[in-house]
Amino acid sequence: MFLQQIVNGLTIGCIYALVAIGYSLVFGVLRLINFANGAVYMLGAYLMYIMMSMANVTVALALPLCLALTGLVGFLVDFIGLRPLRARNAPRMAALISTLGIGTFIENAIQIWIGTDTKAFPNFLDLGRVQIGGAVISYTQVVIFLICVVLMAVLSLVVYKTKVGKSMLAVSQNTNCAKLMGINVKGIIAGTFVVSAMLACVSGALVGSYYQNIDTTMSFTVGMKTFAAAVLGGVGSLPGAMVGGLIVGLAEAIGASYIHSGYRDAIAFGILILVLLIKPSGIFGKQNVDKM
Amino acid sequence: MLKQSNGTLRRGWNSFLRFLAMHQTVILIVLVAATLALPLVTSNRYVLRIGTLCLTNIMLTLGLNLVTGYMGQMSFGQAAFWGIGSYAGTLLIMRLGLSTIPAMILAVVISGFFGYLVALPSLKLKGYYLTIVTMGFCEIVRLIELNWTSFTGGALGIMNIPPISIFGLELRSAQATFFIAFILVVLVTLVVKNLVNSTFGLSIKAIRDDDDVAETMGINIVKVKRTTFVISAMIAGLAGAFYAQYATFIHPSIYTTAASQELIVMIIFGGLGSIPGTYLGAIALTLLPEIMRDLLEYRMLIYGALMVIMMVLKPDGLLGSLDLGLIRRKELERAAKVGGGKKGGKGA
Repeated sequence: MFLQQIVNGLTIGCIYALVAIGYSLVFGVLRLINFANGAVYMLGAYLMYIMMSMANVTVALALPLCLALTGLVGFLVDFIGLRPLRARNAPRMAALISTLGIGTFIENAIQIWIGTDTKAFPNFLDLGRVQIGGAVISYTQVVIFLICVVLMAVLSLVVYKTKVGKSMLAVSQNTNCAKLMGINVKGIIAGTFVVSAMLACVSGALVGSYYQNIDTTMSFTVGMKTFAAAVLGGVGSLPGAMVGGLIVGLAEAIGASYIHSGYRDAIAFGILILVLLIKPSGIFGKQNVDKM
Repeated sequence: MLKQSNGTLRRGWNSFLRFLAMHQTVILIVLVAATLALPLVTSNRYVLRIGTLCLTNIMLTLGLNLVTGYMGQMSFGQAAFWGIGSYAGTLLIMRLGLSTIPAMILAVVISGFFGYLVALPSLKLKGYYLTIVTMGFCEIVRLIELNWTSFTGGALGIMNIPPISIFGLELRSAQATFFIAFILVVLVTLVVKNLVNSTFGLSIKAIRDDDDVAETMGINIVKVKRTTFVISAMIAGLAGAFYAQYATFIHPSIYTTAASQELIVMIIFGGLGSIPGTYLGAIALTLLPEIMRDLLEYRMLIYGALMVIMMVLKPDGLLGSLDLGLIRRKELERAAKVGGGKKGGKGA
């Protein structure tokens, strides 16, 4: 039972970690929380649903299409909602409201056109299951785990070891200076949004396949939880987002089975409050982030 | 052609503003008189219900504007405090048999207490932490209202809440509740107006403009932020206690994050950091769904788009950057220079 909860917690934790990385990437470059991230995650899941259940497209075609579409949406979040504000040097709250507005728009557009009822999601990873000790592990879980680990490894390499990663750091430290050094600032920012949106899409598709159903509340709850995960790890830090995601996933799985399942969604929030009270910079965060 | 009509529009708008600035007192009196006359002219329950709803929303948004507009901190907690006020007031009346006024006062105190609890971890940090914490808080409060059935009535809510009674006098009619709402709005407006015009209000605005500079100037920003947040929560609690007795039926699905977001859209539309703007936003967006029933389904979609459009085009709302006092002073100066009469603004 306990082992089973750990396996389940790790699986969902991996998915949270992917979304949390999306927050951290954007925060790392722009010092801004992209509140549309949760809605993009939901959009990814629903696009997969539309293509596979309503249009009968195979996974091999549906996934790249969804990635391209959500990537485009990620680009548009920045292009429509944030670029005009940056050009005007608007206060940070304006950017916050803008991303929230885009999130609300996406969420409600899906609700209106697809409906608010729970949809059965095709399990495109159904390959069977194995029993290890007292825990049943499905291959879906193994695949999710592997996909997440590979994606995290690739992203970490890109962000911490390549020139692109260095450019991102440069943009976050001083945009004008980065421009003078010949860095394509607009490209870096747009790219960050595209990548974080694609990550959200992958997580949405994986979570749909894992639970085999999706509904319209997923945007808000996962948005909240993954933000908590990002803060727990230290916003802006990739290893932080990963560890944070795993901890939130585990705490939720164990908490829901041993405390009360009705308050499942409250656990991540409890963690968030504790982190803010005790160590607001998070596990891997720098000491002085945005303390005032 | 387009440019010309744009110019005409702008000139028209400017002269309208000058007119407003020069006749502030008269316009205010006319508006107050019109509002007070409404329940005397009509006893139509629907019209009065919309009116009372507008007034409730004005209270809620005035409180929210204090935190979001004047202090620049985005809060999603207003609906939660509204709910806490409603439930606290109702339970005090129905379980302990208190009458309206003491129940309202206690509900305000309780909301303020919860506001303090939320402010404790979130307001020593930068703004977006407050946003996310209040989002979660709103959801938690709703979950508790929903799951703690023995105390809050669960999903069915609480029905048959007794109407407002003051000194043993029961006020059942729609007209009477409208008057009470009006008195509360006047009260809240005076509190907010005096607060933002005080030295404390200057500190609030300094935090919005630049928190680092504000701290350098010796403002205890954590304390100012917490106090402001608590006051805002108390106002929401007052609106909640009133709303429960007015609606006589409350349930958890009123006090959601979506409700908070609607309130935020109202002040973004009307004007961040502006009292007339708050009035405009609250009234316009309360009336809009009533007038356009067909759009009800698309309401949140439109609000989402509106948030982005306002931020890109006019980030402080329709009336946000409007300073009628300044326009009036300028106008008087101009009139003095020209040496003409004092009605210089009207014809231009």
